Amino acid sequence: MLPDTTAAAADKIRCDACPVMCYIKPGAAGACDRYANHNGELVRVDPHVVLERTVSHGGRLVPFQAGGDWDGKIVHEPNVFVTAIGAGTTYPDYKPAPFIVSSEIDGVDMVTVVTEGIFSYCGVKVKIDTDRYLGPETAVVRVQGEAVGHVTTGEYGSQMLSLGGVHHLTGGSKKEGRVTCDALMDLSNCKPVELTIDGGATVVVQAGYPPVVNGVAEERMRVGCGSATIGMFAKQWHGKVDEVVVVDDHITGVLSEHQAGKLLDIPDTGIKMKGRRSTPGRYFQVAEPGTGWGGTMISDPLSVLGPFDPKEARPGMTMLMVSTTGEHAAYFELDTALKPVEKEMPADLKFSVERIKENCEPALCTVLFMGGAGGSLRSGVTENPVRLTRSVKDALTRVTSGGAPVYVWPGGGITFMVDVTRLPAGAFGYVPTPALVAPIEFTLKLSDYAALGGHMDHVRPLASLKDSAEVRQMTPQQPIPGSRA
Amino acid sequence: MRLPQIAMLADGRRLNLQDGPIDLIVEARGNEANIRAAYEAAARRFTGLLDELCKELVELRKPADPLVCKLHGRVARRMHAAVAPFASEHFITPMAAVAGAVAEEILGAMVGAANLQRAYVNNGGDIALYLADDERFTVGLMDRPDQHGLMRTTIIDADDPARGIATSGRHGRSFSLGIADAVTVLARTAARADAAATIVANAVDLPGHPAILRCPAHDLQPDSDLGARLVTREVGDLSHSEIEQALEAGAHKARVLLAQGLIESAALRLHGETRTVALEARPAAAPRQMARESVMQ
Repeated sequence: MLPDTTAAAADKIRCDACPVMCYIKPGAAGACDRYANHNGELVRVDPHVVLERTVSHGGRLVPFQAGGDWDGKIVHEPNVFVTAIGAGTTYPDYKPAPFIVSSEIDGVDMVTVVTEGIFSYCGVKVKIDTDRYLGPETAVVRVQGEAVGHVTTGEYGSQMLSLGGVHHLTGGSKKEGRVTCDALMDLSNCKPVELTIDGGATVVVQAGYPPVVNGVAEERMRVGCGSATIGMFAKQWHGKVDEVVVVDDHITGVLSEHQAGKLLDIPDTGIKMKGRRSTPGRYFQVAEPGTGWGGTMISDPLSVLGPFDPKEARPGMTMLMVSTTGEHAAYFELDTALKPVEKEMPADLKFSVERIKENCEPALCTVLFMGGAGGSLRSGVTENPVRLTRSVKDALTRVTSGGAPVYVWPGGGITFMVDVTRLPAGAFGYVPTPALVAPIEFTLKLSDYAALGGHMDHVRPLASLKDSAEVRQMTPQQPIPGSRA
Repeated sequence: MRLPQIAMLADGRRLNLQDGPIDLIVEARGNEANIRAAYEAAARRFTGLLDELCKELVELRKPADPLVCKLHGRVARRMHAAVAPFASEHFITPMAAVAGAVAEEILGAMVGAANLQRAYVNNGGDIALYLADDERFTVGLMDRPDQHGLMRTTIIDADDPARGIATSGRHGRSFSLGIADAVTVLARTAARADAAATIVANAVDLPGHPAILRCPAHDLQPDSDLGARLVTREVGDLSHSEIEQALEAGAHKARVLLAQGLIESAALRLHGETRTVALEARPAAAPRQMARESVMQ
């Protein structure tokens, strides 16, 4: 027999919510499963978070239920959507999914089967808007030294991380599982998490906020690669400067050589770029990747240039060097020895740099939670679980997570992704397995629900939640969860 | 005085009574006046019942003496009476019958106050039944208290001696000393079914098996009546023969209780395998009937 080391040993508290007066350990609930010890504080654990669909952007709160006792009829309350947050999975024992709620939407009886899924198969996909080098593809991503995921294929203007998954949650050491679970939960609840990438950077990621790479907050996504930037701004530079170099870790652009420059009859400048020429005016690998100019490691832009060719270059020629985000920029004039010398940037070039900045979108971290709803969860919804899967595939059943729209992957099972910023605060929890607890709702016609073997006996109207529910305001940009995609 | 939560459920038929850890679903069938009278009686009896029990909570959490009952309250004494037949051979406290005993008490109040065709009080899966002549219940048996698939169905009619149903196992709200996913017992009273389900579920076990994670009950719930006894937290992979061995240990216990007249039948479930005792001979409901009649779990 093994000792269970997961049981907390710290201070218990005494609940006075009812005469049972349970002693409750930190992280545990009392005999009722309704009150729990959260860091030494007695909390009620079952408020139903009811997202309110506010009609106006003003976000007016409407009363959840007028007074009076429930008369047993189906409620017409189209502005309220019940989410699974706080629904719990095991309480009360005798009810199928903890709450099966009926409300009428668009004139048809709708059923929301509300449960909180326990996801051992889950993780987050993180998109970090930055050109700065975070680390090589497939490199291990760590939290507190524990492997929690890896760097995956980069996307446009962004570095991508794939974190969590069943191997880190339950396939490694106990500490690895716990740290992974904590990191996933914090990221999913829009809290900041510091990630260290083997052979790369340390980045603080928080959903909806700019990434902080090696202690520096990223401000903008690049406007385009260096070559694209030349194409976009060539006309604005024409006649104001002889040469422009847009420094970029991916493709550095050179105005005079670039197709855009040729079309404007911009003459050669005798510039000599380091790196590997791809096509005219487009250079790969002008420098090592890093967190300096345009996602390279350089702090001195001139280090990507060789000596100017005296056959083409002449003293007094002007050159703008700028990064793809406009965050770094410098202006040079060639001296008599054809050496670039930094000078005060003319106002119209400053303006063009500002224009690049202006056209860069704010750099954000985005976190998509991805999980698979498998066997047991579905049986809380229906006695014939596979019918629920089929019903989702046939688009008869709409899946939401905390009221937020989800993308359901084609193929087997109900594997979905959801933008964590669209869920209400604190929507994700965990169990010590370790696994994440995420809200998931299935919305379908009452008649369809009966047809797939739903727990019709346990359907209850919205108004019956009035005593135990917490009403939260939904952000106005959220689509109406009850309507079908 | 602190008042319990009393509300009708969505269907307008069933009554929900909740106070602290007690959560009852009540349904009565009869004419309207009688249903109202029954529900009013249920609500009346329920009010203050938890306080009554809590007055004797210290004694209720002690191992039951098989011969002497020091308890005073009606429900507390019913709890003791239900566990006493097991107490000489097993560790058991009256708390093992609390859910069934409460269900019985409320049902008794209803039946005493109204003329009903049939009624049930479902206390978190521990159910007390009342049936007038020619009435019957279709009962769905669940395999795990935390999940909701029905294992099988059976019919209880007025001639059947069973008036209590209870399910125990390691997934429920209370701890189990055994490893069964679920043990459902039909007995003459709900309190007896509750206690017997606990005893049979505890007997489904593989003592010392390395894949079974156990932990002292008071480490999880400081005031658990199980004290330092090791309760089951997780059950890892078991071989087919180990599952059979554990189920057989439980089934043996159930057969003994059956022979002693303490239970009517039992269904035992572990890792997807089911063993039944005196259940096979019982009538099963056709699937269509289940959909129409109230399915209790």
